[in-house]
Amino acid sequence: MSILIKNGTVVTKDRTQKLDILIDNGKIEKLAEHLTDSADEIIDAAGLMVLPGLVDAHCHLRDPGQEYKEDIKSGTMSAARGGFTSVACMPNTKPVMDNKAIVSYVMDKAKREGVVNVYPIGAITKGQEGVELSEMGLMKEAGIVAVSDDGRPVMNASVMKKAIIYANYFGLRVISHCEDIELADGGSMNEGETATRLGLRGIPTAAEDVMVAREIILSEYTGIPVHIAHVSTKTSVENIRQAKRRGVKLTAETCPHYFTLTETACEDYDTNTKMNPPLRTESDVEAIKEGLRDGTLDIIATDHAPHHWDEKNVEFDSAPNGIVGFETAFPLAYTYLVETGIISLNQLVEKMSAAPAQMLGIPKGDITCGMDADLILVDIEHDYVIDTSSFLSKSKNSPFGGIKVKGRVLRTLVSGKTAYEEKE
Amino acid sequence: MKLHAKDVLGMEQLDCEEINLILDTAKDMKKVVVSNMKRINYLQGKTVITLFYENSTRTRVSFELAAKYMGAQAVNVTASGSSVAKGETLIDTGRTLDVMGTDIIIIRHGMSGAPHLLAKHTKASVINAGDGMHEHPTQALLDMYTMREKLGDIRGLKVAIIGDIAHSRVARSNIIGLTKMGAKVHLFAPHTLLPIGVEKMGCTICPTIEDAVRDADVVMGLRVQLERMKKALFPSTDEYSRFFGLNPENVKGAKKDALWMHPGPVNRGVEMTSMLIDGEQSVIDTQVTNGVAVRMALMYLLTGREEQ
Repeated sequence: MSILIKNGTVVTKDRTQKLDILIDNGKIEKLAEHLTDSADEIIDAAGLMVLPGLVDAHCHLRDPGQEYKEDIKSGTMSAARGGFTSVACMPNTKPVMDNKAIVSYVMDKAKREGVVNVYPIGAITKGQEGVELSEMGLMKEAGIVAVSDDGRPVMNASVMKKAIIYANYFGLRVISHCEDIELADGGSMNEGETATRLGLRGIPTAAEDVMVAREIILSEYTGIPVHIAHVSTKTSVENIRQAKRRGVKLTAETCPHYFTLTETACEDYDTNTKMNPPLRTESDVEAIKEGLRDGTLDIIATDHAPHHWDEKNVEFDSAPNGIVGFETAFPLAYTYLVETGIISLNQLVEKMSAAPAQMLGIPKGDITCGMDADLILVDIEHDYVIDTSSFLSKSKNSPFGGIKVKGRVLRTLVSGKTAYEEKE
Repeated sequence: MKLHAKDVLGMEQLDCEEINLILDTAKDMKKVVVSNMKRINYLQGKTVITLFYENSTRTRVSFELAAKYMGAQAVNVTASGSSVAKGETLIDTGRTLDVMGTDIIIIRHGMSGAPHLLAKHTKASVINAGDGMHEHPTQALLDMYTMREKLGDIRGLKVAIIGDIAHSRVARSNIIGLTKMGAKVHLFAPHTLLPIGVEKMGCTICPTIEDAVRDADVVMGLRVQLERMKKALFPSTDEYSRFFGLNPENVKGAKKDALWMHPGPVNRGVEMTSMLIDGEQSVIDTQVTNGVAVRMALMYLLTGREEQ
């Protein structure tokens, strides 16, 4: 099966050029202006951008164990619709993905039912309990690309230090969920004026900042790169910036909600604004944008966290943390970062494709001959309104319904196969 | 004149006109409460349910009596003896009570915003009888009623609120209500019990108790929960009472006829000494009586919304 994509504008992290792409056997075969090869399908991409498929370094597929929220099939369909061709899924499944059996289960099911590439992330510690290291080597053999206890911090600094050193032997990066749970103290939104008015327990920015500072120190001390998940505060951005300047090999990600929304979205106790870390203030949002602009923040990840409506349709304190993100991440990033001139489309491609691929050590994130034909066709001209009911994810827990955005993904190819196609 | 909304969820939602209407109506209701014949028929044929997820004596009984004095059917539901204990969600419980023909559901809940969630799913009016650390509007209304009864106009009064502001829904509702009505609110709390950004609600944070109560017309003590010690918010009741409790000495700077108030129940000798609690300027018992009148007024106004 061969495909010829004609007349599109190819955008990678370092170029923007009108190029035709010939795909054969799932690989990018030719890349040149005005290709005239014959192909089984010819796609006219006139007026569209052709991007390397997006890579999500941080999502929750809920499979095994919580398939009522999401499973590998629905999760990857949702990812494909959002332009993601590769997703790295966190290990807080039920049971926890802390052993090779669960990793193999995920890999097998993804192969059978997934429509995009799935890369599991193993737990740092057994049961994500922060005490004993999990079998990282055996899990690596089964297919993991990184380790994380995401959702829970590794509170013991000595365990974290050993985890960083041990994981590095297997070429696995530690992805740290930075939260001092004692400082967070059971809070359910950002500490501050809004939480005080709503009578909700606040999570101070310090809960994130002290752990980011600790990981910087451990990364510097060990000389081993550490990846900081979902950065949400001004102080953390500043600390990461300073650390990188003096040569600490950190990478860091943020998520679309941290550069688009503030804590005031929690007014009216809308549980679709409850996530961890919580939505912060205007000055944090500005700092996140600046961090993305100057390269302090390398990656935009979704932290796609599906939850059933029944779980979210409760008291704010009772609701679980998280929002779905696959189907809104690219348009939000395009609208709030590229349209506003904060970063270029090339930089966006870097942060949503090339950089996460590099951090995870997977051969994705670019458009060159010989690579897997993981490509997306994007319309950046026409705006549209986000409709959460149209999501392919099983869960619709998003605060972005009704928002007008640009950057619609029209077609997603994974190894040359159509994983998603927008139908009018 | 009538109330704008179906529910009374917080002082945030009420405007000055509505607050005055409630307080004016309560004045008539108080006559009933203190009379020998405690019965009017304003709520005859109406059903009121108190749905309490937290322990309470005075607030629950106050609502129940208020409903009964006006001839309503009053039913009490507590979390431990109900389907709540079987794991039913708040919305399902609320809906079930609603479709039995209930006119008013009075809810107390440990989580902020719970009454708001309930109100979205019921035809019945919902009154917030205290939600988490958020609001306790009927307490603020009865406090304001008491101030108005004893001191006249609320506008221009200086009210000092002393104690655990962080966890207090009484403080929040009073700050919102009193500032709306033109009073000045001064706060003092141990700094571990002072919520961040509270000054943006229009009140003043004072460095000492003495500063807070200086020239005050009203000094309100707040209950300190003893379990806060376990969370390292203060070390002991002795230390609390020594540095943060109200006593005859540190309230000297208040106005000569200032009122001592407390929402109850009181930890005697911790946040307030018995000298103040039982003293002549204490209106703590009056607050309780006025609570019944204010709640009668509120229920009367809510059930009369459609007929008016």
